[in-house]
Amino acid sequence: MARRTIKVDYLARVEGEGGLKVVVRDGKVASAELNIFEPPRFFEAFLRGRAFNEAPDITARICGICPVAYQMSAVHAMENALGITVTGSLRDLRRLIYCGEWIESHALHIYMLHAPDFLGYEGAIDMARDHGDVVRRGLSLKQAGNEIVTLLGGREIHPINVRIGGFYRAPRKRELAPLAEKLKWARDAALETVRWSSSLDFPERERDYTFVALRHGKEYPFNEGRISSNRGLDIAAAEYDDHFEETHVERSTALHSRFKGGGTYLTGPLARYNLNFDCLSPLAQDAAREAGLERNCSNPYRSIVVRAVEVLYACDEALRIISAYEEPDRPAVPVEPCAGSGYGATEAPRGLLYHHYRLESDGLIAQARIVPPTSQNQASIEEDLASYIGDFLDLPDDELRHRCEQTVRNYDPCISCSAHFLRLDLDRG
Amino acid sequence: MVAARHRPRLAVWKFASCDGCQLSLLDCEDELLAMAAAVEIAYFPEATRGTIVGRYDISLVEGSITTPHDAQRIRDVRQRSRVLVTIGACATSGGIQALRNFADVQEYASVVYARPEFINTLASSTPIADHVPVDFELRGCPINKRQALEVISAYLATRQPVTPSHSVCIECKLKGNVCVMVAHGTPCLGPVTHAGCGALCPSYDRGCYGCYGPKETPNAPPLSQRLAELGMDECTLQRVYRSFNANAEPFREESERHGP
Repeated sequence: MARRTIKVDYLARVEGEGGLKVVVRDGKVASAELNIFEPPRFFEAFLRGRAFNEAPDITARICGICPVAYQMSAVHAMENALGITVTGSLRDLRRLIYCGEWIESHALHIYMLHAPDFLGYEGAIDMARDHGDVVRRGLSLKQAGNEIVTLLGGREIHPINVRIGGFYRAPRKRELAPLAEKLKWARDAALETVRWSSSLDFPERERDYTFVALRHGKEYPFNEGRISSNRGLDIAAAEYDDHFEETHVERSTALHSRFKGGGTYLTGPLARYNLNFDCLSPLAQDAAREAGLERNCSNPYRSIVVRAVEVLYACDEALRIISAYEEPDRPAVPVEPCAGSGYGATEAPRGLLYHHYRLESDGLIAQARIVPPTSQNQASIEEDLASYIGDFLDLPDDELRHRCEQTVRNYDPCISCSAHFLRLDLDRG
Repeated sequence: MVAARHRPRLAVWKFASCDGCQLSLLDCEDELLAMAAAVEIAYFPEATRGTIVGRYDISLVEGSITTPHDAQRIRDVRQRSRVLVTIGACATSGGIQALRNFADVQEYASVVYARPEFINTLASSTPIADHVPVDFELRGCPINKRQALEVISAYLATRQPVTPSHSVCIECKLKGNVCVMVAHGTPCLGPVTHAGCGALCPSYDRGCYGCYGPKETPNAPPLSQRLAELGMDECTLQRVYRSFNANAEPFREESERHGP
């Protein structure tokens, strides 16, 4: 029996430690597994007994790539438990810092992690030898996103200025002015990124995905909206556990998120785009059409173009927020601890990030639950490998391995995040 | 004919961590390509799939040791590295995951995982220096990317890195910040915390929360006394020292003096 095993022991250009294994038998893909060997860090365990207002800083440390997402899901879940709502300029500032993280994280993925797959390089530093201007544009775009996070948050990784109720210090209007100048350049660079990425060579592969993302209806979702799908799902974050579950897959010790009653789904840029195209700014919609994207896109290899469209939107939205900004009367809504249960779901660059906390009357955390996007996408990643790789089996091992890695990187998986909540396959065999 | 210049080989390793410190290197947007020209990036899986097996001139190590396998792996990294620099709070003190050192790790595993018997983990999270000799420790959760560039440059120039070991208080004075604790009564760990961040939190009207770990020769008990006068109860006092550098000795000792 012809048997061929493609193994990638240490998946590069993803955040965290993972590998994958694809078994081919008689010319067909027999199994495809994404293995996660990131050591567990037990966040949900040690959050118990911590004060409610520590959650944003502690959960940020789950992921150095998307700390703002963790801070945002944490503050929204806590505010839900405490019965407060943040509105006006403070709400806008939260969208603004999220714009920064999307620009920074997406630019990193597009130019440094994903593009080398399409152009045949080991990484962006190799790629820079032949495509110096492209890589430099990517780095400057990433820097523009980081400048937003740094101004609002104090630093780009693990920002220190986010708190429940708002911020420790709100920026002065004049502090935002220089940022706007950089963002005008970034918006042009993002437009260029959409055009450039659409010229890459995409395998024509599509599946009938169930897309899950927030939908707000009036704005492209960052912090707020209902959890929605292209198959009629429309629920509040508080109902998440009624509809989704983490199941144990027999051949792996990793938990996969699925719909209760079965069915995998995809979360992230592709899902957001498919569910919220009408809420993109006119500039982003036009750029998407010009790049050959329809209102719906089910080819995960084209996610690099969708990310570029989201970068363009985030630049556009950041400029809108900065020009409309009025300094708030106070940097945060005052909060008092009380017993309660709170739920929050926001859109991390990689997709839906769900937090749930139960608080004691003194504000100490009694229970914490966090579901990051990569654990939700893991089942979909494996299904993509199983259904797409079959067409590439004629390739030599090395190229096939590369194609498998590219298929995983379509999701921009953040393994550092997901492993903290997954049961791990620790068979390192 | 001039012989080809030897470019020092740089490797970046990851243990239990959030990836943020190694991301700081990729966040050096203006310097990254120049750095890549000055050194040969021989192993950096977050950035490139290309690897060079062998020996490395500088190894940057992120993350703490939490599994038996990682306790072995760090020995191999040490053997193959001329200079080994730890980057960040996890590698330098054990990180936030060292909160398990004060708890029962089996109980932790049973809270997070339905089948805790699958989890092969150590009872403690420990810094790299507990396992192998370390040439330099760069602090911070996350590290300051300017300091990271300074450390790499220093080793390329075979000199000692310049990273002051005084407190965040000194950084506030240098910056001209009004003291948040004296002026506003805001609890602040600045007096005992290692410099490096540029006094970020006080610059944003917030007290320092100690993410750079203890300064050289800190004197924590008088600070705790002042924090208690400001209204901090014993349990909160224990928690403020038990965060991202909970396992760093001065913070661990001070945390053990407080609690329920």
